[in-house]
Amino acid sequence: MAYSSKVIDHYENPRNVGSMPKTDPNVGTGLVGAPECGDVMKLQVKVNPETGVIDDAKFKTFGCGSAIASSSLATEWLKGKTVDEALAIKNTDIVTELSLPPVKIHCSVLAEDAIKAAITDYKKKQQATAGKSVEERAPQPTV
Amino acid sequence: MTIKLPIYMDYHATTPVDPRVLEVMVPYFTTHFGNAASRNHPFGWEAEEAVEKARKQIADLIGANAKEIVFTSGATESDNLAIKGVAEMYREKGNHIITCVTEHKAVIDTCKRLEKDGYRVTYLSVQKDGLIRLDELRNAITDKTILITIMTANNEIGVMQPIAQIGAIAKEKGVLFHTDAVQAVGKVPFNVNDLKVDMASISAHKMYGPKGVGALYVRRRNPRVLLAPIIDGGGHERGMRSGTLNVPGIVGFGKAAELCKQEMAVEGERLRKLRDRLDDRLHKGLDEIYINGSTEHRLPHNLNISFAYVEGESLLMGINDVAVSSGSACTSASLEPSYVLKALGAGDDLAHSSIRFGLGRWSTDEEVDYVADKLINVVTRLREMSPLYELAKEGVDLSTMQWQTD
Ligand SMILES: Cc1ncc(COP(=O)(O)O)c(C=O)c1O
Ligand code: FES
Repeated sequence: MAYSSKVIDHYENPRNVGSMPKTDPNVGTGLVGAPECGDVMKLQVKVNPETGVIDDAKFKTFGCGSAIASSSLATEWLKGKTVDEALAIKNTDIVTELSLPPVKIHCSVLAEDAIKAAITDYKKKQQATAGKSVEERAPQPTV
Repeated sequence: MTIKLPIYMDYHATTPVDPRVLEVMVPYFTTHFGNAASRNHPFGWEAEEAVEKARKQIADLIGANAKEIVFTSGATESDNLAIKGVAEMYREKGNHIITCVTEHKAVIDTCKRLEKDGYRVTYLSVQKDGLIRLDELRNAITDKTILITIMTANNEIGVMQPIAQIGAIAKEKGVLFHTDAVQAVGKVPFNVNDLKVDMASISAHKMYGPKGVGALYVRRRNPRVLLAPIIDGGGHERGMRSGTLNVPGIVGFGKAAELCKQEMAVEGERLRKLRDRLDDRLHKGLDEIYINGSTEHRLPHNLNISFAYVEGESLLMGINDVAVSSGSACTSASLEPSYVLKALGAGDDLAHSSIRFGLGRWSTDEEVDYVADKLINVVTRLREMSPLYELAKEGVDLSTMQWQTD
């Protein structure tokens, strides 16, 4: 399998690898995939509660190079976006940016799922602190 | 000493043609181009003589008689011929075949096709070390069993089945015994009489000969094995395999067999030391790495290791100047991870983390050291990036976690 130069760049110099405290009320964590399928992605966002803007994003990925690149790219894109703007990121944007071949499309789907899961987790936490019930849920991953 | 990149460490997939092999092949493309079946002129006689010499060289390597060697296009065809040939020829006697779950696809898929034609196939499971259980084999044999086909050495994990014991059981029960010996012949001692093997598949390109040529050993005495051909035509190879012989390929195959026979003892020991060196270095540099399959019953030049918490494809990407294979294949991309590793029951996550190293005639200490150092770096880097490694370090039991899949 030949990788695009952008995938190789993200693989060799991944952006924003790391973790933030899961218990921080301003941090949303998404963990998607499963080890037996060969892919697990953890993506975290830290939201400024005043502005609703994502200040920081981190990832860790067990998966192929395209999965690593997709999640690395996702964290780059997330920073500076509002929570709602973040939800508008589509896997197809990732496919285009990284020139992923058809067999690697689901790696980008996983990244989109991870974004949605992280934002959902953040919203859930916010509502919990505000004493409200969860109104909105991200769609279940399709992988 | 400087090393040449990329490094080839995938000798189970194929091997380069030894220059000494190529040298003897060349004239048979040009000046000695005759058809070995041409009976009326020296071009044919010369080709036939060369083929018979090669037949003898190959027979000598496995302790057979030259008349028992049937040339084919490779081991895939040899496996097909042995299994389908016996199935058709002995249909009156029975319709049951016994094989094992870790066989090469050339055996498994041939058996699957026969199942569609009304044959019954038992796929023996393997233990954690990759070995079949002899009592299970014994219990699987019925009065309808016509063939046992169990590989000598596995192409992924290098595990060697107890062929002599299987041969003895087959003989005792009066069942024919075929073995796919592709990965073992030329590398470790293999004698068809000591092992009581009735048929054995071998392939030239796995032993420093050319691609596209192989052989099936077919026993002629005690018992005399009869095979229905799967390719019809001019009746070459005693009617078992029609088609003009690949004379240059066969000449190369013969020379390759002769060289393996001469060098096997010394080369086997050299490769065992080299393999152990690779294993030692990796174990010293990394924790939580696991060898897949028995370390005792194993080809000397094979190492198959799972690097926990790191996915195989991303690992290969990090060592892109080293040619090795991974058992990983993402199920989301509708590919299955190695069925051999899954059969060992080690857990799919470890199958996704595996690398197969195959050493061979041109492998060196320097190459092994380079590969080990590089792997240690890449695995360490990828573990820093792995959510599984992080969870494991936090003390989470990954096998009891709820994963979000559908
Ligand atoms: C165990 C085993 N059997 C059969 C084959 C097929 O051999 P060939 O490439 O000669 O068809 C291979 C090679 O991939 C093998 O490793
Ligand atoms: S994560 Fe499945 S191929 Fe990339």
